[in-house]
Amino acid sequence: MIEIKDLHKSYKMGSNTLHVLKGINFSVEEGELVAIMGSSGSGKSTLLNILGMLDVADSGEYTLDGVPIKNLNETKAANYRNKFLGFVFQSFNLINYKSALENVALPLYYQRVPRKERQERALKYLEQVGLKEWATHLPSELSGGQNQRVAIARAMASEPKVLLADEPTGALDSTTSYEVMDLIQKINDQGNTILVVTHEDDIAHMCKRIVYLKDGVIVEDKKVKQVRASKYV
Amino acid sequence: MNSIRFLFDKNTWQEIFGSIGKNKTRTIITVIGVLWGIFIYITLAGAAKGMDNGFEKNFESVAKNSIWAWSQSTSMPYAGFKTGRTLRLKVQDATILKNRIPEIQYIAPVNTKGAFGGASALTIRGIKSNSYAVYGYFPEIAKIATQKIYDNGRFINDEDIAQARKVCVIGDRTQQELFDEDEDPIGGYIRVENIYFQVVGVHKFTQTTPFGTDGDIFIPFTTFKKLYNTGEDAQFFTIAAYDDADVVQVEKDIKAVLKSIHKVHPEDERAFGAFNLGEIFNKIIGFANGITFLSLIVGVATILAGVIGIGNILLISVKERTKELGIRRALGATPREVRSLIILESVFLTMIAGIVGIILGAGVLSVINSLTKDINFPYTNPTVPIPYVLGALALMVILGTLIGSIPAQRAVSIKPIDALREE
Repeated sequence: MIEIKDLHKSYKMGSNTLHVLKGINFSVEEGELVAIMGSSGSGKSTLLNILGMLDVADSGEYTLDGVPIKNLNETKAANYRNKFLGFVFQSFNLINYKSALENVALPLYYQRVPRKERQERALKYLEQVGLKEWATHLPSELSGGQNQRVAIARAMASEPKVLLADEPTGALDSTTSYEVMDLIQKINDQGNTILVVTHEDDIAHMCKRIVYLKDGVIVEDKKVKQVRASKYV
Repeated sequence: MNSIRFLFDKNTWQEIFGSIGKNKTRTIITVIGVLWGIFIYITLAGAAKGMDNGFEKNFESVAKNSIWAWSQSTSMPYAGFKTGRTLRLKVQDATILKNRIPEIQYIAPVNTKGAFGGASALTIRGIKSNSYAVYGYFPEIAKIATQKIYDNGRFINDEDIAQARKVCVIGDRTQQELFDEDEDPIGGYIRVENIYFQVVGVHKFTQTTPFGTDGDIFIPFTTFKKLYNTGEDAQFFTIAAYDDADVVQVEKDIKAVLKSIHKVHPEDERAFGAFNLGEIFNKIIGFANGITFLSLIVGVATILAGVIGIGNILLISVKERTKELGIRRALGATPREVRSLIILESVFLTMIAGIVGIILGAGVLSVINSLTKDINFPYTNPTVPIPYVLGALALMVILGTLIGSIPAQRAVSIKPIDALREE
């Protein structure tokens, strides 16, 4: 599903150059649930941003579902993001003046799905995350865990090839974190490919594979026995 | 094609209404700026037009190029004549003037009794009597200064002149004072200076000449001549030039011709007097045009200020919404879609503000109109011509697009990843 070859990325900070990714080689099969771990500054968020086409690598190859991702302009990137990717962020990133349902329906709007179908599909995904009754509520009226579930529903609504989650549990307490991970595991059980960036060990072990990043290189890449989050809920 | 589809897409407008409706304070503040601008523009332009119409109405019953000319006495010796010679206009001067000056459309000599001081004519009917000014008129007068004659009556005609008939046209007040209320004055007889005149018409007095009252009695010029034995003398000439004539030049020509007829020094400024309504009218029109122009400038400037205000607020709003726009882009909004969203918001707000402003302005204009209806103020039917309104709306759409494209460009110039980090 994802193929990365010799990915490099550096940032210019004044006169210094910060080499963040120093040749990443990495591939993800369809249906995998991968955790990317590392301390802050290890380059894990940068990697996720490049995978999410929110940022562009300096060199290297990136193929997503057989499509080579290169020569991106903003419009092309936006179309790929809309078609291929779903995002879940640490800070939820819901639009605060839109209801849960409208938030979930937004990626479908950019896919030009008609309004009625958009709402039906959005409601279906809200139901999957258990928030059907909260459809008309604004993000400010929902708890952190609920907000993250709305964000996950939004990411899933566009039926992406890959779900990218950047510290999805970073702003949540552990019980809520496990609820969110339980949801992510269930989505993965349906065959969806998911990448989770985290620095929490217990969260990482709820995935099927852990990739450790340190100073811009992959130091370890191992398959783990998945811990089901439902045990803790 | 794609952009047309985007513009008429129901979803596009739902997004815009959503964004506008959920940020009410911002929307209202934004709208007020432009609303105020277009309101000022419409009110000023309409008021200027109303004033214009008011002047037009005040002058509607008089030829706008009319001149009154009279004789005085010389102030310079010339051709063997001493200074201080009293001049008398002659009836045949009118023919000479008309022949020599092609710009003159109508010219009519007038004689009066009691119109400019002096004894007026004692008029008697039965036991009622009063004194009124008497005018010796030609029918042409009605073409220079429209005479409103009440139904059943008529003005002096050519037959009256030819036969020097003893007929008269009386004023409202004369009728009230000499006739009973339910009496028809037409065909009745009144005694002017001991001569019986038949009343053929009653005129409604309007201030169409620089003189006159609602009691004036008009009789045929030829009858006047017999009554007062004025011979070939004329007290003054009433003249109308053609609409496209230069009235200032016509006045000069008239005076020059009169000077040559009466052997007056060409540079004698005091020999002949004239009242040039055309010149005064042109000044008033010039003033009204100036007001219209000024209101246009002020209005457009105010609209401009309002639209710049919208741009300013949108710029702040784009800054505030950086994160939201980043989210939209992460979810797949193309830069073009983000830009269109901002620009359409700008245009939509401008249009709403414009339309509300036009309605409010029209309301204020109609209130002013009804308040000034019954008072003597030159203000009638204040309207803003439709092309001006459409022009203002078009201007607002163009300015709204231009000004909206600045924050729109700002919104897409920031990378989505940076936009998402914004708190």
